[in-house]
Amino acid sequence: MPSKTREPRSPLGIRIGAWLALVFLYFPLATIVLYAFTTDERSFTFPPPGLTFDWFGITAANQGFRDSLGLSIEVALIATAMALVLGTLLALAVARFSFFGRDAISFLVVLPIALPGIVTGIALRSTIGIMGIPFSFWTIVIGHATFCVVTVYNNVVARLRRSSPSMIEASMDLGASTLQTFRYVVLPSIATALLAGGMLAFALSFDEIIVTTFTAGQQETLPIWIFSQLNRSHQRPVTNVAAVFVILATAIPILLASRLTQDVSSEQ
Amino acid sequence: MSIEPAPIPSADQSPSLWRRISTFFYRRPSLALLLLLAPPLLWLGVVYLGSLFALAAQSFYHLEPFSGKVLRDFSLSNYQELLSASSRDIIGRTSLMALAVTLFSIPLAFPISYYIARFAKPRMKTVMFMAVLVPLWSSYLVRVYAWKLILAKEGILSWAVTKLGLDGVLNQVLAIPGIGGPSLSVSYLGMFIVFVYVWLPYMILPIEAALERVPRSLLEASSDLGARPLSTFRRVIMPLIIPGVVAGSIFTFSLTLGDFIIPGVIGNSSFFIGATVYSQQGTAGNMPLAAAFTVVPMAIMAIYLIIARKLGAFDAL
Repeated sequence: MPSKTREPRSPLGIRIGAWLALVFLYFPLATIVLYAFTTDERSFTFPPPGLTFDWFGITAANQGFRDSLGLSIEVALIATAMALVLGTLLALAVARFSFFGRDAISFLVVLPIALPGIVTGIALRSTIGIMGIPFSFWTIVIGHATFCVVTVYNNVVARLRRSSPSMIEASMDLGASTLQTFRYVVLPSIATALLAGGMLAFALSFDEIIVTTFTAGQQETLPIWIFSQLNRSHQRPVTNVAAVFVILATAIPILLASRLTQDVSSEQ
Repeated sequence: MSIEPAPIPSADQSPSLWRRISTFFYRRPSLALLLLLAPPLLWLGVVYLGSLFALAAQSFYHLEPFSGKVLRDFSLSNYQELLSASSRDIIGRTSLMALAVTLFSIPLAFPISYYIARFAKPRMKTVMFMAVLVPLWSSYLVRVYAWKLILAKEGILSWAVTKLGLDGVLNQVLAIPGIGGPSLSVSYLGMFIVFVYVWLPYMILPIEAALERVPRSLLEASSDLGARPLSTFRRVIMPLIIPGVVAGSIFTFSLTLGDFIIPGVIGNSSFFIGATVYSQQGTAGNMPLAAAFTVVPMAIMAIYLIIARKLGAFDAL
């Protein structure tokens, strides 16, 4: 530890810059929330002529909204489950073994989110088309699982690297089988990482639009439904209510996920 | 007189099926590895990478001019098309936008990253870190839509500009050829703002992580040796955070290159790579040309990632 010298005070410029960035990040989200209450349904006049709660009821009754919300939740759950399995397998392999091409794995996993979504989307679309698979619920799930693996993988591999392999050896020495060791030693140690990775995967899938545009057939996920609403000229606040919903549905898992990973790192 | 040794109780006497399986794999780690790797590698390595290669391969096909059917024989006609003036325009405009967005995000991201890494107290640090994280993961479409509300003709921005009496300034900015337009919501400038907005967290996080790793003692040493804050920044901090900056730029650059939502919602309907690919594969039905267009961001990103790796950006991700 360095000597306990006086913490330098932050320079004014840095503080102003930091707060400006935060305002820049949150001001648009606040706008969305504000316009979910406006009485003006044809344009986005500022300041809003009046405020109302009506749009929440109207949105809840909207069939398109309900269908797409249900679809998005189903897709996100299944894609997350697949990502959990694939990501954990990969993380175990990378953290516990050394093999040819191991360094390329992190590259391969990050590729679906590092490449522009349109590339992933169109590549999967043409493959699905060539293989003659009809575009359906499952093709959306396949697309989503592809880019969700990275969140699970990253979380689990980071956790495995921090936990010591001697625990596993001890378990084996004490007579536990590989499966018992996995069940009673490895799994508890990666449980919160799995939960965190899974929630991030859920959030990622829930609001994805670009890949979905290419891998969906007639189905509309919530983001696609919102996108189709953008050019409507009346009942505009309905879009805002849906958007507020999406913000909450993704922000809450994210907050929980980082809470989970933070608790562990502060214990260390 | 010999005493029979008591039989050693052994798990091997009647090993359960699970245990035998488990021992089997424990003795053959390469087989265990294979089982672990097979499903994810089949998915990502074969299906996903295979799709990318198949897509790249399709860029060498071409359309039968009369029937509009895809002919599966080798031709470079799509690449000739990519070199045409209008395509070069699209590629140039998109790359320039990606570059501008990336370069502008760096100074915008630095103060908050520096504040979080260096000055924020632990509690504040967590709060600010989350504050950056939430927009990063939360709905991209919703955040683009928010700017449509803000930049709209009757929206908040014009209201604020009028209240502040800055109409003249805004009109002058909009009159600048190249970046301006009839209003912010249909100008390059508006698109630029939205691009910077949606990708900014991708730049903040790796820079923050890189700053976190700069040893405090180096900064103290620098100032002990008489360096002013600015030269400490330039000669100590800057070189050390380059990997973080490069890691962030992978995202800002790549995501701008392929985006077709923002030019659709905010832009002035001039074509960007993403929008071109979208319309070529969809309405125009010219999949080979669309594939050729996707090769452009793939190639740019491949080169970019190789350089980034050399600069150590992968450890900063």
